[in-house]
Amino acid sequence: MSSVPRFWRSIGSRYNLEGTRCKECGEHFYPPRNFCVNCRRVGHIEPYKFKGTGKIISYTIIHTAAEGFEDQTPYTLAIIQLDEGPRLTSQVIGDPEKIHIGMRVRSVFRKLGEDGEGGMIYYGTKFVPEDA
Amino acid sequence: MRDVAIIGVKNTKFGELWGRSLRDIVVEAGAGALEDAGIGGKEIDSLYVGNMSGGRFIDQEHIGALIADYSGLSKNLHVPATRVEAACASGGLALRQAIMAVASGYNDIVIAAGAEKMTDVESEEASSALAAAADREWEGMTGATFPGIYAMIARLHMHRYGTTSEQLAEVAVKNHKNGSLNPIAQYKNRITVDDVLNSIMVADPLHIFDCSPITDGASALVLAPADIAHKYTDTPIYIRATAQASDTIALHDRRDITTLDATVVAAKRAYSMAKLRPEDIDLVEVHDCFTIAEICAIEDLGFAEKGKGGIVTANGETAIGGRIPVNTSGGLKACGHPVGATGVKQAVEIVTQLRGDAGKRQIEGAEYGMTHNVGGSGATAVVHIFSRER
Ligand SMILES: [Zn+2]
Repeated sequence: MSSVPRFWRSIGSRYNLEGTRCKECGEHFYPPRNFCVNCRRVGHIEPYKFKGTGKIISYTIIHTAAEGFEDQTPYTLAIIQLDEGPRLTSQVIGDPEKIHIGMRVRSVFRKLGEDGEGGMIYYGTKFVPEDA
Repeated sequence: MRDVAIIGVKNTKFGELWGRSLRDIVVEAGAGALEDAGIGGKEIDSLYVGNMSGGRFIDQEHIGALIADYSGLSKNLHVPATRVEAACASGGLALRQAIMAVASGYNDIVIAAGAEKMTDVESEEASSALAAAADREWEGMTGATFPGIYAMIARLHMHRYGTTSEQLAEVAVKNHKNGSLNPIAQYKNRITVDDVLNSIMVADPLHIFDCSPITDGASALVLAPADIAHKYTDTPIYIRATAQASDTIALHDRRDITTLDATVVAAKRAYSMAKLRPEDIDLVEVHDCFTIAEICAIEDLGFAEKGKGGIVTANGETAIGGRIPVNTSGGLKACGHPVGATGVKQAVEIVTQLRGDAGKRQIEGAEYGMTHNVGGSGATAVVHIFSRER
């Protein structure tokens, strides 16, 4: 599912919440974009490291896991809006009963998933309640 | 541009067709549509086939050539065949390509087909292939499943508009009822709201009965210039609009998580092309890959106010006999969802209805019908409008 080169080339973004921002219009991008959707050809993209705080826009508790995530089931998946503006999809760790829309969260470094038995283990960013 | 008509249609049976291959079912659909149009292979100018993932589902690419070959259109006739892919909207796009081929004057008689053979692989493999319709790197690799992505649409819709699990379940109940009237449907059993709510939770708040199934099936249409359509059939059905729109591949990047802007824009373009309004449409086949998807679709197509899709459904306004019947075929939920075929099957259903051939599920006096086919969680939307009179 998750090829090694595909994961490796985005490791900075996945480990450290590194994205981009456009100097021209000020919009932040995570996942990173190298082409500004507002300014297109006249945009000026530069790297940007996100603070890692934000809030939950929506969420689900996954009971039938994606391939490679079976040992984590059930797990909470959410769309999170970072304080700088962009939204991303990520897992949220913590009591699924307490999660709610609008909840403040912050990023942490965790194992994401693995490719089958003895396969590669992937690390990256997940989120926890801000006060946890 | 020339006006375009549909002169022949055919669906195979939808379901788990273990004894039959992709080529078997597409040939059945294609030959059936040609027979319906009373036309032979020599008259065909081109073929478009919607197929999402032959590579994952049956380890076969080059589907266009395969289908042309086994339909007898290759060896002597050398008919051009093109595969079209836009995830679950592949079929709708194949129809759109076929319409443009005829409208432009490049071709006269064109086949638009769609097919998917999904049960040759284990259901986990099928789910993984379907998840490829979303953003693999930034949704899939965080553990997102396809039901999970739609569950996040459902959660916010409930939070913002008060939509309930019972209202979602009503979509499945209605579509199973409609499916019970459709001879080709995968599921012909009636279900209740409790059946849905008591079925296993896949991605909260979506239960397994909120999800469309894994299906084998094929569908085909024969298109011709409207000016000569009566040569082939007494009941040509006319294309009044074909429209398509794109949005971000990932759900998280959308302007609004609970609105499919691609649907809104494609519908706006279609209404404008057809010079019609939502009130003029007599029935619609929408892309109910999940129950919440039908709720969003009827809102985004203009059949319900934003946020009222659940109430409108629970009130019976979308049932056969209601204000705007939705998914008389049984929809993706009960008729089945062979992903590449779905967009073509929707058109077969509308043509059948506008011809007055839909039997027990017939909408009496239907003049205008619409189809709505979505790729992924809304990165592609295709809308078509059809009419009985030219
Ligand atoms: Zn910019």
